[in-house]
Amino acid sequence: MTMAQQILARRSGREKVEPGEAVAVPVDLVFAHDGTAPLLIDVLEDMGLSIPSPDERRHEVYFVIDHAAPSPRTGMSKLHKVMREFARRNSLRLYDVGWGITHVLFPYEGKVRPWMVIMGADSHTLTMGALGAFATGAGSTDVAIAAVFGETWMKVPESIMVKLEGGPLPRGVMAKDVALEMVGQLGPGGANYMAVEFAGPGLRHISMEGRFTLSNMTVESGAKTGLAPADGVAQTWLRERGVEASFPPLEPGPEGSYRDVLPIELNRMEPLVAAPPLPNNVKHIAEVEGTEVDQVFIGTCVNGRLEDMVAAARVLRGRRVKEGTRCIVIPGSRHVFLEAGRMGIIQQLVEAGCVVGAPSCGPCIGGHYGLLGPEEVAVFTSNRNMPGRSGDPTSRVYLASPLTAAAAAVEGRIVDPRGYL
Amino acid sequence: MRIEGRALVLGDNISTDHILPSRLKYQVTTLEEMARFVLVGVSEDMPQRVKPGTILVAGENFGYGSSREHAAWALKLSGVRAVLALSFARIFYRNAINIGLPVLTIPPEARQAVGDGDTIVVDAAEGVVELPGRGLRFHTEPLDPLLRRIVEAGGIVEYVKRQGSLPWRTA
Ligand code: SF4
Repeated sequence: MTMAQQILARRSGREKVEPGEAVAVPVDLVFAHDGTAPLLIDVLEDMGLSIPSPDERRHEVYFVIDHAAPSPRTGMSKLHKVMREFARRNSLRLYDVGWGITHVLFPYEGKVRPWMVIMGADSHTLTMGALGAFATGAGSTDVAIAAVFGETWMKVPESIMVKLEGGPLPRGVMAKDVALEMVGQLGPGGANYMAVEFAGPGLRHISMEGRFTLSNMTVESGAKTGLAPADGVAQTWLRERGVEASFPPLEPGPEGSYRDVLPIELNRMEPLVAAPPLPNNVKHIAEVEGTEVDQVFIGTCVNGRLEDMVAAARVLRGRRVKEGTRCIVIPGSRHVFLEAGRMGIIQQLVEAGCVVGAPSCGPCIGGHYGLLGPEEVAVFTSNRNMPGRSGDPTSRVYLASPLTAAAAAVEGRIVDPRGYL
Repeated sequence: MRIEGRALVLGDNISTDHILPSRLKYQVTTLEEMARFVLVGVSEDMPQRVKPGTILVAGENFGYGSSREHAAWALKLSGVRAVLALSFARIFYRNAINIGLPVLTIPPEARQAVGDGDTIVVDAAEGVVELPGRGLRFHTEPLDPLLRRIVEAGGIVEYVKRQGSLPWRTA
C-alpha cells in the first residue's frame, strides 16, 4: 500500500483500503486561523453544536491568529476578538499574534507526529505531511464537524510518487527549486484528489525543513496530502524538539501501488522561478534574468523556516538591498525568529536594509502589510502568484527560493543566485 | 435530484481567487457582500452576468486555490444553482457539497455543446445533463449517494441539524 493507504487503513481500523472507497477516520488535530475561524464559529453556532471540553475529547483543537497579525484594520480586530472570546469560552488553545504561521508553528511546537490525521481550515495544511501525518486542508464546515465529532470521512486517494534520485542538491539550489520543478511538471491539476508521496534515495539529502517546503507545494497541483516517510531525518528532527513518542515505521509502498512515478534528479537541478500567473508556470532562472523587481518577500509557510533565514542571510550578509527595492523578511514562527536572532541573522538582515516583521503570513495572501501596488513586480518565496493575491490585480509575483529572492533584493532585478554565494 | 437553469460558460482553471479575490476577503466581511463580487476575478462584468438560476459550465480544475469556503458561498448566494465542470479542485468540490451547492463532472462533449444562455436540465442522481433547446442529452457520473444526501439536505450543517448525526454514520 502507499503511505496514504497505510495511514487511512490503520486509522480506520482496517487491514487494507482501496483508492476511491470512502472511510470514516478519527481526526487527531483540528485547527482554524483568522481567515477561517470566524466562519467556523458561525457554522458551529448555526449547527447548535459545541466543541467538547478537553477532557471529553481525544482530538486537539487550536486557533491561530496568523493571516493578518497584528490586525491591520478594525474589522479584522473584531474578528480576532471573536476568536479570542470563543477560544476562552470553549477552552481552546489560541496561538495569538506573534506565534507565527500554523504550518511552521505546529511542527516546531512538537504537535505533529507520524500517522496522525490532521484537518486544518487552510489549504497548506499539507505542509505537515512532511512528518508522515495525513494532513489535509478543508473548508470551515468540514473542520467544524471534525472539531465537534473528532472524525471525518475521506475518499482514499490514489498516490503519485515523487522519486528523488541522486543528490545532494548542487550549490545555490534549494528544496524550493525541487518543489517548483515538481509543480511545473505536474501542472495545476496533475495531482487532483491524489496524495503526493516523496521517496527515493535522494530524499536523505533533503533536510526536514526542506521536506516541509516540498509537502507544502504539492497542493499547487491539487494534492490532498503530501507525505514524506518517517525516516531517520524525521525522527532526529522530532527528537530534537522533544517528541519522544515511538511509532511504527512509515515507508513508501512498492512502485506498483502508485498511479505514477515522477523522477527528479537532484544533482541536475538548477535555480527555478514560477512566473505569473500560476505557480506551475515554471521557468529556468536564465529565462527571466534581468526582470526588475520592486519588492522581495522572504517568509511564508513555504520558506519561513530557519534554513530559509540562513539562506537569505548568506546572500544578504555584508551586502545592501538595492536602492528602490524593498526587501521584507518574516520569520515563519517565533521559534524561527528567536533562533535567527541568536545566530545574528536578524541583525545582518536589518543591516543589509531588510524590513524584518513579526511572524505572520505577511503579504502572501494580501491580508496584511507589504501589499503590492499597480504594476509592481515582486519576488516572493511563497507558493501562489495568482493575479491580485498579494495586492493590486496588475501586480506580478515571481516565486523563487530564499537564495534567489535574496539575490534579487541585492540587485533589484532577478539574477542567478549562484553568483552570490 | 433535478436542477434547471441557464448556462454561463467559463474557461479552465477558474481559481477561488477568480471567484472571490482574496484581498476582498479582508475588506468585505459578510457573505452577502461577497456575493456582490462573484467571479470579478474573471472580468468586471461577471457579477452582473451571474443571475439567480445560473448554472456555471467550466473547464478543467474549477475552484483550485484557497480552502476558504467563501468562494463556494459567494456562488451559492449569488444564485448559482449548480456548477458543471470537466474537473474540480478537491477542496472546492468538498466545500460545495458541504454547503449544498451541487457540483457535477461532465464530459468534454457536453461542455463543447453548451453556449451562454442555454437552458440546462441536470439529473444528478441519474447522471444526465440535457440541453432541451438543442435536443442534446449527455451522460455523466452520477453524484455519489452520500454526497447527494448532503446536498439534498441543503448542506452538511442542515443535515446534522435535522438528523442529529453524521451522514456517514447512517450510510
Ligand atoms: S503563508 Fe501564505 S500560503 Fe502560507 S498559510 Fe499564510 S497565507 Fe497561506
